[in-house]
Amino acid sequence: MNFDFSEDQKLLQKTARDYLEEHCGLDVCRDVLESGGTHSEALWKGVAEMGWLGAAVPEDFGGAGFGRLELSLIALELGRALAPIPFAPSVYLATEALLEFGSDAQKKKWLPRLASGELIATFALAERPGRAGLAGVETTLARNTITGTKFPVPDGQLAGLAVVVVRGEAGPALALVELDASGVETTPIDSIDPSRPQSRIVFQGAAAEPLAKGIGTAAVSHLLDRAAVLTAFEQIGGAERALEATREFTLGRYAFGRPVASFQAIKHRLADLYAAIQLATSNAYYGAWALSTGDAELGTAACGARISASEAFNLAGEEIIQMHGGVGYTWEYDCHLFYRRAKLLSLCLGSPGEWRDALIDRLEA
Amino acid sequence: MDFNDTPEEAAFRAEARTWLEANAEPLPPGKRRASGMDRDDLLPEAKAWQAKKADHGWACLTWPKEYGGRAAPGIHSVIFGQEESKFDVPPYMFGIGQGMLGPTIMAHGTEEQKTRYIEPLLRADEVWCQLFSEPAAGSDLAGLRTSAVKDGDDWIVNGQKIWTTGAHYSDFGMIVTRTDPTAAKHAGITYFIVDMKSPGIEIRPIVQINGAKDFNEVFFNDVRIPDANRVGAVNDGWRGAITTLMNERASIGSGGGMGVGISDVLRLARETDWGGRKAIEDTSVRERIADFYWKLKGLEYTGYRAQTSLSRGQTPGPENSIGKMVGAPLRQEMAAFAMELQGAAGAASGDAASLGGAFQAAWLGSPGLRLAGGTDEILHNIVAERVLGLPGEIRVDKEKAFQDIPTGSLK
Repeated sequence: MNFDFSEDQKLLQKTARDYLEEHCGLDVCRDVLESGGTHSEALWKGVAEMGWLGAAVPEDFGGAGFGRLELSLIALELGRALAPIPFAPSVYLATEALLEFGSDAQKKKWLPRLASGELIATFALAERPGRAGLAGVETTLARNTITGTKFPVPDGQLAGLAVVVVRGEAGPALALVELDASGVETTPIDSIDPSRPQSRIVFQGAAAEPLAKGIGTAAVSHLLDRAAVLTAFEQIGGAERALEATREFTLGRYAFGRPVASFQAIKHRLADLYAAIQLATSNAYYGAWALSTGDAELGTAACGARISASEAFNLAGEEIIQMHGGVGYTWEYDCHLFYRRAKLLSLCLGSPGEWRDALIDRLEA
Repeated sequence: MDFNDTPEEAAFRAEARTWLEANAEPLPPGKRRASGMDRDDLLPEAKAWQAKKADHGWACLTWPKEYGGRAAPGIHSVIFGQEESKFDVPPYMFGIGQGMLGPTIMAHGTEEQKTRYIEPLLRADEVWCQLFSEPAAGSDLAGLRTSAVKDGDDWIVNGQKIWTTGAHYSDFGMIVTRTDPTAAKHAGITYFIVDMKSPGIEIRPIVQINGAKDFNEVFFNDVRIPDANRVGAVNDGWRGAITTLMNERASIGSGGGMGVGISDVLRLARETDWGGRKAIEDTSVRERIADFYWKLKGLEYTGYRAQTSLSRGQTPGPENSIGKMVGAPLRQEMAAFAMELQGAAGAASGDAASLGGAFQAAWLGSPGLRLAGGTDEILHNIVAERVLGLPGEIRVDKEKAFQDIPTGSLK
């Protein structure tokens, strides 16, 4: 039984943690949140130099040639740091889409630029409130142009390239769109987590190139499954950090002559939060295994990872505020950074409810 | 990351499988190995199987060789258990003695005690019970009142133990007693081995809410225990009790003992009528089942993480402590959900109910799981204190002499 990361992978994780502790304190996230900026340019550059953008990209395409296990641990550390950069859409979605579904020509054209960080990509799926699902996608692809509205899209203002979920002739498909082309109108929108900006993108006959093998519901679902596992690691990293911060605060804060952490209600709820994080961690590990081995269990593993990680991080986001008492509700304290990021990550690939529905479909298939 | 044995583990597994194939029949499909709970009639067969394993070096694998074990790493125990579970063998009814009390004697007993008791315990020639809890001392075990008073070379024991599994068929027990009520509560406790056939011991079964009788009250009326049976120093018995309790925690649980699983719930939902469709098509049903799924899988995969530690010769990490804390209430919730799914018919039980009443049986059994072996509440304290390092509960009884501690009106 070897249901754990290797020593080398853990060393990579430690390197990532040390790097982010030095270069991505919570003030970096707060800075983007407060300034209305698109991301931390310095951090993006640093992360690119560390080789993380191309962690799972083969060396032939300018990457580091590692695998999804290494990428999972990088995701964990980025989540822990609430890193305010477009890593998730560019790496877990766009880069993964090219790796899984791109033609050699498409890979050659785009992967090196994504791996170097010179190009930022994003992913556009949702179109309107609710649960349209892949069958409900209305953005159409016809004769290599796309028309329709995507909302919300992460990093729309920043990205040069988007992988867009479209309705093609054969059903749902993935298409590459250069966002600075004509027929693309990107508008920033307000969101609950300004450290990860969102936009609305209207496509009017914009040039689009289908991803060679990214055709059909199974393909698009598979991409979302991959991203769900990697995102789960970010969620878990954030949840762990929130638990640690809450623990530290409640140990130091006294009421009625003793630490707030000594009251049983607080102790028991933190025990529950710990358990939720461990259940999520275990589910995410299984997802990482399925992702790294290409196992068919990825379908159910991704659902388990996403739902459990969303529950854990959302709970952590709520508890960190509640257990800080009144100061937890201030702008000045960092609690709301976790509250916001947890909610965003639990919605961005579709809410946990959608993934619960998908899980039963897959168990019954 | 993989689920493979190391070469050494694979070799051990093959050896275990070979021996089992030569000495037992495979489990027929659909048949589950009986648990020993409420099945005293299976004790003779259970003992015979344990003796056979002992004869061939397959008993208590992790115990030192001098006591009949193989000094094997913990992972070997897990592997043997996995292989054994595929065979139609009698239930294992010796977990208390072999899992907890034997290791306690090995850690704290005299050489004479080890020589006299360990081997028959390993072979299940002698069966043991744990005499810990009392009506006034469950979660607060150190609040125990059963007294032991020195009389020559013996101790005279008076009092009552409760929740003693298997007392009625046990040969020996290990009992924690109060030997100095003037000392603070942890400081006046002494630990003994007691012959369950001693005069003055009266055993009465406790009937559980599900009608089973796995546990007993054990009354001690002037029971004589020789000083030679004392384990550890006088008034230092709490140390040994902690060893016993630590060993209770050492077992690696995986999903095994749930009784009903996710596939049973899915099948039920598929077959149950639901407003012109089947329940599995209803969103609220799907959401509940999905949540059971990832929680159960989370526990199962957490077990794999623990096994991985064992495989590396390490102690399983703190995440392993969530198993019962999460699993016990989850079992109750799932059983209740399955019954609700059936509407009024969910109240039927036994053969009148679907799955032979397995959901109803699980529902009736589940409150006990949330209480035995550490209540939900105590487990939350343990995770908070030992895993998260949060402060312990305020003790109003810490400095007091035991006899001065308030006890309330319920006796």
